[in-house]
Amino acid sequence: MTDDRNKMSCAEFQAQLPELIGSGKSVAANPHLQNCELCSALLADLETIAEAARQLFPVVEPPDDLWKHIESAIKEEDSGVDAAEHEKNK
Amino acid sequence: MPHSSLPTQPSDPASKTPERKIPPSAPTGSAVPAASPASSDDVLARAQSGDHHAFAQLYSLHKRRIYSLCLRMVGNTAEAEDLTQEAFLQLHRKIATFRGDSAFSTWMHRLAINVVLMHLRRKGLALISLDEAMDPTPEEGPGRSFGSPDLNLTGAIDRMALERAVTELPAGYRLIFVLHDIEGYEHNEIAAMLDCSIGNSKSQLHKARLKLRDALRRNPGQETKR
Repeated sequence: MTDDRNKMSCAEFQAQLPELIGSGKSVAANPHLQNCELCSALLADLETIAEAARQLFPVVEPPDDLWKHIESAIKEEDSGVDAAEHEKNK
Repeated sequence: MPHSSLPTQPSDPASKTPERKIPPSAPTGSAVPAASPASSDDVLARAQSGDHHAFAQLYSLHKRRIYSLCLRMVGNTAEAEDLTQEAFLQLHRKIATFRGDSAFSTWMHRLAINVVLMHLRRKGLALISLDEAMDPTPEEGPGRSFGSPDLNLTGAIDRMALERAVTELPAGYRLIFVLHDIEGYEHNEIAAMLDCSIGNSKSQLHKARLKLRDALRRNPGQETKR
């Protein structure tokens, strides 16, 4: 890989992209982007996807009967524990 | 072309996602007594001391967030219901151990994530492929991304198309994408949860976003402006 970042190839730039993005710093200043429309478009798309992700899968209500299942499972577990303790104390 | 950095994430992921307005026809969960926010500490304390009524109120307070989290992570409602049930059963077993080192909602959120991760591991799903992360295949490596001058999603993503694409991601990619981009966890937190390196988490997230980009270009949906 060359030290001259202006001459970095698209493959080299994109290989570094996960780390560049994950660093939390702005990638926009990277010299490669100044002259590369393809990588600029790629980065713009990834930014758009990450932004859009915030609006995905809004919080929804579980089915109404789910609590009944949980409640009955808890009671079953509790009665199992009670029986085990009773057996232990015999 | 100027670019801002990708969005940074909030420190409390559990409080991040906006809640969807419930339509009038949606179930209201009326069998469970409601708890006012002001009394939530009291409800928690009573639930910790074994008060079943208080535990039911905790369920009422947290059910939507936990169910939605499970649904995002596994992508189907039947599994999400089972996992929500398992998460609350685990909560019932462990609630007395909560010491208040973090917000209860954050603790509960992490507990639910662990339930889902255990479930996915039991199903034999490799959540992270180290080999793949370190040695990208031609189909998934970075080189695939260029040479496509007609792409540009900026400002025009159809939410339903993106949700569908996320649901169709392989489990490992979906997991990282949901945890980071939707739930707001940082890479170091994800790495700890999934027992992988931070670099691996970054790499998998990047690949997930590339896969979503490819999917959206193949099937962009209605291209409605956000």
